[in-house]
Amino acid sequence: MSLKTFKGGVHPKDGKDLSKSKPIKELLPTGELVFPMSQHIGAPAVPIVAKGDTVLKGQKIAEAGGFVSAPIYSSVSGTVKAIEPRRVAVGDMVNSIVIESDGNFTEVEYQETEDVTALSREEIINKIKEAGVVGMGGAGFPTHVKLSPKEPDKIDYIIANCAECEPYLTSDYRRMVEEPEKLVEGMRIILQLFPNAKGLFGIEDNKPDCIEKISALVASEDRMEVVPLMTKYPQGGERQLIYATTGRSINAKMLPADAGCIVDNVETMVAVYNAVKWGKPLTNRIFTVTGDAVCEPRNFYISVGTSYQQLLDAAGGLIAPAQKMISGGPMMGFALFDLNVPTTKTTSALLCMTEDEVSKYETTACINCGRCVEACPEQLVPCKLAQFSNHGQKDQFEKWYGLECVECGSCSFVCPARRPVAQAVKNMKKDILADKRKKK
Amino acid sequence: MSDLLNVTSSPHVREKDSTQKIMGWVIIALLPASLFGIYNFGYRALILILATIASCVASEWIFEKIVHKKSTISDLSAVVTGLLLALNLPPTLPVWMAVLGGVFAIVVVKMLFGGLGQNFMNPALGARCFLLISFTGSMTTFTYDGVTGATPLALLKSGESVDTMRMLLGTTAGTIGETSVIAILIGAIILIMAGVIDLRIPASYIVTFAAFIVLFSGHGLDGSYLVAQLCGGGLMLGAFFMATDYVTSPVTPSGKILYGIALGILTGIFRLFGASAEGVSYAIIFGNLLVPLIEKITIPRAFGIVKEKGGKKNE
Repeated sequence: MSLKTFKGGVHPKDGKDLSKSKPIKELLPTGELVFPMSQHIGAPAVPIVAKGDTVLKGQKIAEAGGFVSAPIYSSVSGTVKAIEPRRVAVGDMVNSIVIESDGNFTEVEYQETEDVTALSREEIINKIKEAGVVGMGGAGFPTHVKLSPKEPDKIDYIIANCAECEPYLTSDYRRMVEEPEKLVEGMRIILQLFPNAKGLFGIEDNKPDCIEKISALVASEDRMEVVPLMTKYPQGGERQLIYATTGRSINAKMLPADAGCIVDNVETMVAVYNAVKWGKPLTNRIFTVTGDAVCEPRNFYISVGTSYQQLLDAAGGLIAPAQKMISGGPMMGFALFDLNVPTTKTTSALLCMTEDEVSKYETTACINCGRCVEACPEQLVPCKLAQFSNHGQKDQFEKWYGLECVECGSCSFVCPARRPVAQAVKNMKKDILADKRKKK
Repeated sequence: MSDLLNVTSSPHVREKDSTQKIMGWVIIALLPASLFGIYNFGYRALILILATIASCVASEWIFEKIVHKKSTISDLSAVVTGLLLALNLPPTLPVWMAVLGGVFAIVVVKMLFGGLGQNFMNPALGARCFLLISFTGSMTTFTYDGVTGATPLALLKSGESVDTMRMLLGTTAGTIGETSVIAILIGAIILIMAGVIDLRIPASYIVTFAAFIVLFSGHGLDGSYLVAQLCGGGLMLGAFFMATDYVTSPVTPSGKILYGIALGILTGIFRLFGASAEGVSYAIIFGNLLVPLIEKITIPRAFGIVKEKGGKKNE
């Protein structure tokens, strides 16, 4: 059987065995929780509570700061301790609401919807918007914006990103194994918004049990289909996933909707279901704590705002000294220098490794071997782009399509000279995009 | 704790392959041709191989010592250069000339241009051409079984017939590593299996060259003439081991094919219309010079970019 996939890509060691068999366990946080106001792409949320206020779990603590923005809800009951800049996983200081949990988890009452099919498009979008649902795979794009394309009738495919191509991560996998119904229901709600669309579940073939479970669930559904995909990184990249499942291609200047597609990750679809059916805001998610330095790698059902330190402690702490700690997976995650940072709607894993491969290897000269070219899922020439970046040649960089880079890191991964190719490309891309914004 | 954590940009994992490993594969792949050369030509061949390798590695080490750079000899690229150079030398060449060739390859062609990755010309071939021009007599005298005679390709050029079976096996006069097509192809298969090279450059090179010979040699579809042309004059060694040199070949996928075609045409011209019977070395060196131009016109279109009429890219 030839599986669907995209051109290029790499096969890093998947490391999922550490945590894939560990059932999701709810983790109730203690002490202080931090809610950064930017957990999404777009305008930061605006706090609507003040220091000293008592809040309940599920209570809105910050309002969306614009259309492309999302509100934020408390995941615990307790008292607002402070509203101040706090360090987040990517290293920035972000204005945050700090809540001291009272340990009771007293919840507000949610408005359940008896018959979801009776809801209008506006009502559904509004519920998603109100619940603060954003892309939980990492990008954090507000879901209500994504689900409001100019021409909803022209959307042909709703694609559930079930690839989970990042090594080590197993949160989506556990969700699909334990609660595939919620994912399918989320898909059903989104399909209700797009009368002409078909729902596709793109799942890598290293998760045969998920393929089986979801296939069984959608067997009698006319509008849903499971698409098994080849296990390859970055299969879950938005453009790569669209191509693999539908054969359509988009570039950096296009939105998936331009090709008649909308892509949402597993957790996001579940959040849509919780928001529309149960009226529940986004306050929790699945989170993997793993790596060879972790005592008991696990998957947790966490309250957003819990610190990474608490999650590591809950996994039994470190079994060996960690050289590197990463928020997210090893290919696109962020290296942490401090575990006293909060989890957010978009953080999916803490990976602790006893050995840092990157600093172990020495960088040598580029020998023009072209492995990065073969690996690039965007069919770029990363070694040239890195050279243009190092030499500050912005025009050449654009001419060689540098702005199309999806920052997946495959080029750095394969480089036999261990050059930080992706880093150089990302740097120049950031510079050029900043220039363009200035010109506007 | 933060003092102990490494913070770097993603990705945080790397594949195991290194430059050193790639060069190691090239050396392994060159062993069949080298061993056959030693078997075919005797101890002189072994001495030349060892002398050029030693000369190349020593030149790189000494040069880097003098300019206070970190030694890079452990990447094995100098060994590859030395070995390739030796395989391109007649077994009767005086050792000092071979040593001089090694120094030229490393110091002039490679290090003066910035070292590994920066040279625009294949060091081994650059040195071979340097030796050919400087010591034409010694470089073009080929002895086989104690008898000085012409290489099969030279015989072919003067209109005589050659034994193609012997050319495949390699029991003919020629440079140390070029004679046995079978040994070279075993090495080529090793390189391909190890993922070091792909067929784009060698296949387009060989196919273009064959087409050129069929069209312009005047022998038409004469099978044995064509086979002799393909097996002789180091074409196979050049196509699989020197045209595929990463540093001096295009990195763009379609550029590799264009480069192979250019090499095929150049080799055909040099062989059919030039004074010498070989032409592979010069063709590859000229091809090396074309690489920046080839890359410029073969920028691959990125994924999702649709070409519109008038050659304008999609906005």
